[in-house]
Amino acid sequence: MTSNTMTLSTECPECGGGVAFNRSPLAGEVVVCGGCSAELEVTSREPLRVELAPEVEEDWGE
Amino acid sequence: MHIALLHLRVRVEERLLFEALESLGAAVEMIDLRSVVFDPATLGDWSRFDAVLDRSLSLTSSLNATRILEGLGLRCVNPSHTADVCGDKLRTTIALEQAGIPTPAVRVALDPESALRAVEQIGYPAVLKPIVGSWGRMVARVNDRDAAEAIIEHRDQLGSAQQHVYYVQEHINKPGRDIRVFVVGGRAIAAIVRTSAHWVTNTARGARASGLPVSDDIASLCTRSAAAVDADVCAIDLLECPRRGLLVNEVNHSMEFRNSIDTTGVNIPLHIAEHVLTIAREQHAAREPVQPVVRTAQGAIA
Ligand SMILES: [Zn+2]
Repeated sequence: MTSNTMTLSTECPECGGGVAFNRSPLAGEVVVCGGCSAELEVTSREPLRVELAPEVEEDWGE
Repeated sequence: MHIALLHLRVRVEERLLFEALESLGAAVEMIDLRSVVFDPATLGDWSRFDAVLDRSLSLTSSLNATRILEGLGLRCVNPSHTADVCGDKLRTTIALEQAGIPTPAVRVALDPESALRAVEQIGYPAVLKPIVGSWGRMVARVNDRDAAEAIIEHRDQLGSAQQHVYYVQEHINKPGRDIRVFVVGGRAIAAIVRTSAHWVTNTARGARASGLPVSDDIASLCTRSAAAVDADVCAIDLLECPRRGLLVNEVNHSMEFRNSIDTTGVNIPLHIAEHVLTIAREQHAAREPVQPVVRTAQGAIA
């Protein structure tokens, strides 16, 4: 059976562990992998894809 | 109301703001600044927005995006002017001094030799800060002349021209804690107190935080400080000086708050969202076509 609902889990590109969301993430959302603590960025919502988030730059902050 | 939420990354803060705005009935569009090509001469598609909430993590991106959008007539929260002032510790000091707000003593030097004199004028220990930068990075406490010389020489040899501005601040012998106050629409809505064994009290560096009731003194000082930098939304860091009382150390124009919601029991993103919508409604009303006025001959109305 096909479903229109989005897949809410994917794989961490760093450790290969599962990354799951309990709700639909926003594009650009940053999450921390529970397995390896890598910072991951949602680069696509459908299909759900995450990549390593870019490094913090010098002028980033509050 | 139609709101643009500018970002580089969607952190917990941006997601909470998005949800808070939506919960209040706003149409929110998340705009990833990495994906935008701006035309500073044309409002174009941006005309659909009543207000812009800037949450870019990068000061450079923030400043450039808000300057362009303001140039096109859009109201940004915070205004580019606020990011300009808050993003530069010297400009913040100048703005606060002009408003008569108590701050730690500061000396500024533009040359390594003068920098050493600046440190000696402040006395030891002194705090050397880069004028641009946050999360407590590159902030150094110097306890004696040797340390001062070493740090100044190091800064001198760094490439960035910004590093050659020596901003030297009096070290406040605080009681192991500092206070952060969240100000929205000119009102201090919540405060936390951060305690740390390390002298740089910063939750990004592992300080512990707890809620603090906002006293009248804190509220009025913070309202004045936010006004001094024209901030719609900001977090103000206070130090408790044993001699001079509360001093304003820093004003942050794009603050983090995820860990302060449960700590204070205050829904900070909801307060911000409400304020953004108030501004958006004002902007929207100002843009409505003016109703034709039926002119009456003078004296016709009794
Ligand atoms: Zn992982």
